[in-house]
Amino acid sequence: MAAEAAQASTGTVDLTSTGFDATKARRQSTVIIKRFLRHRLAMISLVVFVVLVLFAFIGGALWKYSYSYEDTTGGGRYLPPTIDHPFGTDSLAADSLSQVLRGTQFSLLIALVVAFLSTALGVVLGSIAGFYRGWVDNVLSRFVDLVLVIPTVVLAGVLARSTQGNWYFIALFLGLTSWMSIARVIRGMVLSLREKEFVEAARALGGSAPRLIFRHILPNTLDVIIVNATLAVSQAVLAEAALSFIGLGVHPPDTSLGLLINKNQNEITLHPWLFWFPFVFIVLISLTVNFIGDGLRDAFDPRQKRVRA
Amino acid sequence: MASRHRPEDSALGTIDPDTGALGAGGGATEESELLVVQDLSVGFGTEDGTVNAVRDVSFSLRSGQVLGIVGESGSGKSVSSMAILGLLPKTAKVTGSIKFQGQEIVGRSYKEMRKLRGNGIAMIFQDPMTSLNPVFTVGWQLAEAYKAHHNVSRKAAWAKAVESLELVGIPQPDQRAGQYPHEFSGGMRQRVMIAMAIINDPELIIADEPTTALDVTVQAQILETLLRIRDETRAAVIMITHDLGVVAGMVDRVQVMYGGTVVETGEVHEVFAAPRMPYTVGLLGSMPDPSLVGKRLTPIKGTPPSLLNLPTGCPFAPRCPLVADECHESEPPLADTDRGEHLVRCHRWSELVGRDNPQELFAHEEIGTVENPAALTNANPDLPVAEDRGAEQHEVAETENTEETTS
Amino acid sequence: MFRYIVRRVLISIPVLIVASFLCFCLVTAMGDPLGNWKTAKPRSPGAVAAETHLIGYDKPFFARYGNWAVNFVEGDWNRDVTPGSDLAPVKSSVLDALWVTIKLVLAAEVLAIIIGVVIGVVGAVRQYSIFDYSITGVAFTLFSMPLFCIAIMIKAGGIQFNNWLQSLGSSTRWITTSGPPPGGFQGSFGTQFFQYTGAYILPVISLLCIEFALYSRFQRGSMLDVLNADYVRTAQAKGLSNARVILRHAFRNALIPVITVSALNVGALFSGAIITETVFGWQGMGVLIVKSVSNIEPWMVLGWLMVTATFIILFNLIADIIYAFLDPRIRLD
Repeated sequence: MAAEAAQASTGTVDLTSTGFDATKARRQSTVIIKRFLRHRLAMISLVVFVVLVLFAFIGGALWKYSYSYEDTTGGGRYLPPTIDHPFGTDSLAADSLSQVLRGTQFSLLIALVVAFLSTALGVVLGSIAGFYRGWVDNVLSRFVDLVLVIPTVVLAGVLARSTQGNWYFIALFLGLTSWMSIARVIRGMVLSLREKEFVEAARALGGSAPRLIFRHILPNTLDVIIVNATLAVSQAVLAEAALSFIGLGVHPPDTSLGLLINKNQNEITLHPWLFWFPFVFIVLISLTVNFIGDGLRDAFDPRQKRVRA
Repeated sequence: MASRHRPEDSALGTIDPDTGALGAGGGATEESELLVVQDLSVGFGTEDGTVNAVRDVSFSLRSGQVLGIVGESGSGKSVSSMAILGLLPKTAKVTGSIKFQGQEIVGRSYKEMRKLRGNGIAMIFQDPMTSLNPVFTVGWQLAEAYKAHHNVSRKAAWAKAVESLELVGIPQPDQRAGQYPHEFSGGMRQRVMIAMAIINDPELIIADEPTTALDVTVQAQILETLLRIRDETRAAVIMITHDLGVVAGMVDRVQVMYGGTVVETGEVHEVFAAPRMPYTVGLLGSMPDPSLVGKRLTPIKGTPPSLLNLPTGCPFAPRCPLVADECHESEPPLADTDRGEHLVRCHRWSELVGRDNPQELFAHEEIGTVENPAALTNANPDLPVAEDRGAEQHEVAETENTEETTS
Repeated sequence: MFRYIVRRVLISIPVLIVASFLCFCLVTAMGDPLGNWKTAKPRSPGAVAAETHLIGYDKPFFARYGNWAVNFVEGDWNRDVTPGSDLAPVKSSVLDALWVTIKLVLAAEVLAIIIGVVIGVVGAVRQYSIFDYSITGVAFTLFSMPLFCIAIMIKAGGIQFNNWLQSLGSSTRWITTSGPPPGGFQGSFGTQFFQYTGAYILPVISLLCIEFALYSRFQRGSMLDVLNADYVRTAQAKGLSNARVILRHAFRNALIPVITVSALNVGALFSGAIITETVFGWQGMGVLIVKSVSNIEPWMVLGWLMVTATFIILFNLIADIIYAFLDPRIRLD
């Protein structure tokens, strides 16, 4: 309690010394970045994640076997990991490493598209509902309730049925079905922010609705949006994997880590490498992104740091 | 308590002028003191260093006496009261001594303090809207407080709850006791908090800004209730506030805090009539006075100091109109002034002697020319700057707000 | 309270009606149920018309919806219709599958809430203890794992466990990894109990792993919020024991957000059940929907969606009622 008081007053003291202008905003963002850099787990996660992305895209392009490589001689089926095939080979004698790398590429692509789509949709719809209130809010909120009545995986699966399992359609439909939670959060924040004095002031100065929303209200929710978008990436990886696993998601020729695991789920005892390598990649993506999100949350709101671990 | 003196009998006890600590001035005085706080310091370890929320605070209190602790938010007044109740978070490092009825409180565990809390020392919190548990009825919460210290039946405890609601002036107390906090207005909830504080007939009531969250008219009612309760129960009261008006009308002695420590203490009329610390002068000048309609307020420039790594010297020096070189070099001790029983922590207090209108000291700069509007806002002691937990965010939002509108 | 419940039930009805129409649109968007059949080999126009009539797709969109809705309310939920299907009736298929799934979901949900809440409270009260850190770590890891991977691993573990039991000389395989016995549970109480636990333990543990992580995180967070609340400080200042402050004052308030989360989470739980069933080969809602979507069975999918929607709305209703019991502020409106 007192610590907070002290921190707050440090802020104001700095303010007096630096003068009152945009430096305040800049100072705050450097503080946030500094706090994030100090978050050891998040930093390690960021490094691992970047390495993973580079490995998947650059490594995938450089690796000597293409994903479509098949050893037709038949001798190379179910090879355990060797130098030649670091992740072993599968039932068709295809090189597992190239498969996993390609699956990772698709999983990452899908996850990024889904996170972007769901965040954009959720922020726009949530802020519209919160800003206009009244019937607009009612209609949108009821719609959210309605969509939540069907499990997301099934909703996306049914929607994607007619699309032959192209990865971009899967991403599109997952994005269309997972914006509700961020929309709710943003709606709540906008509802309270729109009553704040600075919004009143901007409105009194004749600010238009879009200007009020995008220039005055949403910047104040930026921390929540960024953290949620990050966490949405990891949720999307898992959702896509689940969808592909039950067979309603990505279909060949496209692929994903979920599909790979689905294909190899019965190999876990006999040919474990076929299961464990894609598994480790999924978990690595999801875990690192979660930690990055957590570090960001702490950086934005150190008050919560004392609350969280 | 055998001897409950009127505060006029002997206001202060003997205080060592150099340290501000109570001297061993005779066993009789020592014994009649209800609460003796000596060299109390509270620090919080944070990532950026230690925050010295309270530094070397000493005071004492007798039964029936009302002590006012005044200061800006973050001056350490609330932290000292939480230290008396033993309710500081575990991260707090408390040193010094707090003796209640002769028993040492500092260093006691939560469990050992239980008997005292609510029973010997009761607390009235600042925000009645959040200080009552929303999921239990008011009567249940009152009865619980009583049962915590009395082995009685549920029925008897309930009757006691209704009785104490009546005592604080809540109409139809037997019906109201069955209602939930959200069915009460702010003023009524604060009455409930007072009822909860007095239900066990405590020796000491600490009221932490009991009227800050309330409307002005309700404030007066609550203060009136508090005074009446004080008269009826003869409990000692520590009144923590930033509102000098409250202090003037209510307390016997006042203690002004700044930068985590006591900067001026004395009998209330004495301090108000002849302040000997520039900070107190500034506080008085910042207070609107209806009899001075048309006159400019004279706010203190700047902001309260950060309690994190305080610089050497007087914490008020950067804002002080009487500042001299020595003020930056060493922090003055709490020492005697020209009047007895009136102590200040100031090198330059003698400058204030004989001035008719010391507030003028702060008036040399026009309000309009203050280059930093944020500083102005923060210098107003009526605005809680960083008291609540959301303070940091709150403040960011506020500064952003100014930025938004000026851009 | 009674009026509150009645009103909530009445509010759900229009939601279901709108949901049914949206589901109908979804089902239509799946594509032509005769797509595969038409392309499999050349069909005569007469045969196509006859099949189209059979599946009900000869009527225009709205007439088809009205027709289905009236029949649905009257209890006729249509059948599997695509050529080559087994013409299974929708109502009994879906309800049978729901019964299988519901037991799994309820068992997992109840256990997850209990375990999650207890762990969350302990984690909050003992913040930054070794217990707190390890639970946080476990929850984080579980969060980041796909449920089906957890299920696959647990299944493999179950098989290992059975082998181990057999190596000890046990004649029966206690844990079943391929769903409940086809004929249902039979025999004496002891046998039935044995079969029940053997069939449920692995799927329930799988679901539990994901759900308890979620609830314990939420409970921990809300408990920490509440422990910092003013009224908890008031309770401490009254001189109450620590246990009483935590269990009476903090716990009840901290439970409120968790109830909300658990209601919102039923959909996800259902998704989880679908995946778990797929791994463990249960003939529940999961297997049914995957099969029906793959074959484009419009009426089966529609019936499935309606039953799920009703179930989720019902669950939300229960959560709301518990909520109102916990928080007196809700009861007024």
